[in-house]
Amino acid sequence: MPQITYVHSNGTRQTLDVPVGTSVMRGAILNGIDGIVAECGGEMMCATCHVYVEEDQLARTPTQSDDEKAMLEFTASERRPNSRLSCQLVVTPELDGLVVYLPETQV
Amino acid sequence: MPEPVVAVVGTGQAGFQAAASLRQDGFAGRIILIGDEPVLPYQRPPLSKSYLAGESGLDELWLRPESFYAQHQIDLLAGETVTAIDRTQRRVQLGSGGKLSWDHLILATGARFRPLAMPGAELDGVLPLRTLADADTLRERLDQARDVVVVGAGFIGLEFASVAIAGGAAARIIEVTQHPMGRVVSATISRFFTDAHRRWGAEVLLGTGVARILGTGGRVSGVETSDGQHLPADLVLICVGVIPNAELAREAGLNVDNGIVVDQCLATADPAILAIGDCANFPTPFATGRVRLESVQNAVDQARCVAAHISGKLEPYDKVPWFWSDQGDLKLQIAGITAGHDAAVLRGDPGSGRFSVFCYRAGRLIGVESVNQTADHVAARRLLAGDPGLTPQQAADESYDLRAHTRRLAAR
Repeated sequence: MPQITYVHSNGTRQTLDVPVGTSVMRGAILNGIDGIVAECGGEMMCATCHVYVEEDQLARTPTQSDDEKAMLEFTASERRPNSRLSCQLVVTPELDGLVVYLPETQV
Repeated sequence: MPEPVVAVVGTGQAGFQAAASLRQDGFAGRIILIGDEPVLPYQRPPLSKSYLAGESGLDELWLRPESFYAQHQIDLLAGETVTAIDRTQRRVQLGSGGKLSWDHLILATGARFRPLAMPGAELDGVLPLRTLADADTLRERLDQARDVVVVGAGFIGLEFASVAIAGGAAARIIEVTQHPMGRVVSATISRFFTDAHRRWGAEVLLGTGVARILGTGGRVSGVETSDGQHLPADLVLICVGVIPNAELAREAGLNVDNGIVVDQCLATADPAILAIGDCANFPTPFATGRVRLESVQNAVDQARCVAAHISGKLEPYDKVPWFWSDQGDLKLQIAGITAGHDAAVLRGDPGSGRFSVFCYRAGRLIGVESVNQTADHVAARRLLAGDPGLTPQQAADESYDLRAHTRRLAAR
């Protein structure tokens, strides 16, 4: 099963097995990672599952849709070039080893 | 001093969020979350969308896994009812017999399906869609259904119809007004979605009601409309709105008028009792009077507001309302409350399948309805949070940069 590493804003790292087809957001929710809020449940109506993807892994992640780009305007923490909505990062074998950094706040 | 206790009645999105936000805000007392459904708190929107369609399962439905509640010391009483509120003693009476004391009581009791009182409503195959149990029944029935009749063309009815058609059933939608979703959207959006459903294969009957539901051997077989048409049916979905669950509040002597009446800080006349989400009737700067809103946004933001209130930060509730609905390949996103608009302008061409309707009242932007046009929706949420200062001419001009406009507002 692909492994995804979540780095909390205080630097703590947590590595989880996330099944293929599950989003990085859902993987966090199911494992009690509090740094992801996911208010809308993955409908791209909010930006409370915001993460920063490890810079050199960005190319491996799925392409950003226009909707995701638009909704990233609502991040509570600073939007950066490596900002993503984790509900849109659906885990594939290629994403094994992905590292995402959780922002300080989601709301 | 004994630790303070917050009791939350209702385990929907609002109740769950209130409990979660209290902990996040550092509330150190006891939190009791009480709900009558015997399952973990779950998200309701997918019940008429991906969950109904079988595209997502229970793991995606739970708001949080079971371990969350223990981890955050939230006492979840799932499958428990509250039968009375004793305001003098500050206690609630539980259906199972016990009593619980509280210092703050949050009513997040939600709303329930509004039944249709008419002959045949009791037949097997005449179903509501409100709870997870309802959705599970419908998912099963949809597998075999060939002729589906949807009574009431609101968000849920239309979402259900599009799932039924995608699953191979014939769908007929009966709406007593001329405007599907007419209570919440402009005539333009209503017409656009009516046309879309017809294109997808649904029969949409407007301006007619249900005279009676027909059956054979206790099972539904058809629907007779008030204008005399006979529609075949092996599954009838009743979705003509909801009734706010306000009885507990009323019996406790609190003011109830289309929901539990609260002030701008979401408190009832009893300052220790708050009401949030679908059951709360509150004053809002986004409409001319009081409103009661049924949405995730309203549930979540009101929950955060009362959690902050209990944690000592008393602020009026003033969040921009937003809503969404997925029907077929169309995503409808609404910012603000557009009911009561006196003028509307189009931005974009409905023929392209991507456009927005900007709704005005007395010259001021009050809401925006977007179809497959998230960028407009995002801009609208920003605009409505302050004085939008956007003229109908600017809104209608696609070359006018809304993002730049919102930035200028923010910089003021």
